Amino acid sequence: MKSDALVIIPAYNEEGPIQGVINSIKALYPEMDILVIDDGSSDDTASIAEASGAVCITHPFNMGYGVALQTGYKYALMHEYKYVVQMDADGQHDAGGIKILLDTIREGSCDVVLGSRFMGAGDYKMSFARLIGVKFFRLVLRILSGRNIADPTTGFQAITRKVVRIFSHDMFPYDYPDADMIILLSKVGCTIIERPLSMHPNKTGKSMHKGAMKALYYIFTMLLSMAMTRLRTHRIDEIFSANGGIENGK
Amino acid sequence: MASKQIVFALIVAVSLFIIILELVRRRKLKEKYSWLWLVTGIMIMALVLKYEFLVWLTDFVGAFSPMSTLFFFALLFVILLCIQFSVSISGLQDKIKNLAQELAIIKTKLKGK
Repeated sequence: MKSDALVIIPAYNEEGPIQGVINSIKALYPEMDILVIDDGSSDDTASIAEASGAVCITHPFNMGYGVALQTGYKYALMHEYKYVVQMDADGQHDAGGIKILLDTIREGSCDVVLGSRFMGAGDYKMSFARLIGVKFFRLVLRILSGRNIADPTTGFQAITRKVVRIFSHDMFPYDYPDADMIILLSKVGCTIIERPLSMHPNKTGKSMHKGAMKALYYIFTMLLSMAMTRLRTHRIDEIFSANGGIENGK
Repeated sequence: MASKQIVFALIVAVSLFIIILELVRRRKLKEKYSWLWLVTGIMIMALVLKYEFLVWLTDFVGAFSPMSTLFFFALLFVILLCIQFSVSISGLQDKIKNLAQELAIIKTKLKGK
């Protein structure tokens, strides 16, 4: 462990961009620990990630983006990192944003910092259908949690150890950890703030929600998950007692 | 109900009951998944031996014939069974996920990372 923060990168069949992503982080932050969670890839993602200097955890089979993220949280918890930054493996997230996220979270005034694509930084363009989807979930989130989050589906964020503990618990919505995660954090009293970050367009053409059926399934599942997360009783003290006591966010 | 029908239905119910008990005895079926099947076997036996109960049940649910009542409850049984399986699968999925995550982390730890 070289630093108090860990960058976690879930990856599934990303042998193309993964080396560039790791190199860009190492170039800016040579002391930063990087963990790639290879989610049962059939290509050389794991070996390329290791050769590039990252620690790589390989799932025995593909379990999805959310499970890969949670594996990263569990690793971070085990190795006592104070902060975790999560970013995508496809090169969409600019490594320069890590410093902005970490500087903000180290101030100690929040538990989660979300990197937002819609607060004026960069010239990120998304398709009309996706934009409608983001606006729709932004509205649902405002109704269910009272929070006004500009980018509720961002995958670029920094969290404290306290949140890492919450996300390592079985209550973590690993099917699609997006806006439902924000509702969960709101309910357990975590502070969330957003920072404008520039992001690159997706060059790989891969998407978790590509195709009409997948998009419809995502919308249905996410709405259900958001409503259920709102209705459930979440007792944060139970999570912490199960994990060995509250450490005041350490 | 004709005596032929009673005999046939009884054979089916008793056979189902014995098969389920035997599967539990051989540890091919867990006790917690067997109770719904055993209740079904008992219900079939009760309805066969007490035909008036089936007639009363038909009247109670507003069905036209006792046969419709039987089909309705058979369908209900299958739906309940599917729900029970879905609940079990969800629980198993969580357990498999946790096991796979721990395995992956331990393997990385063994490599000295």
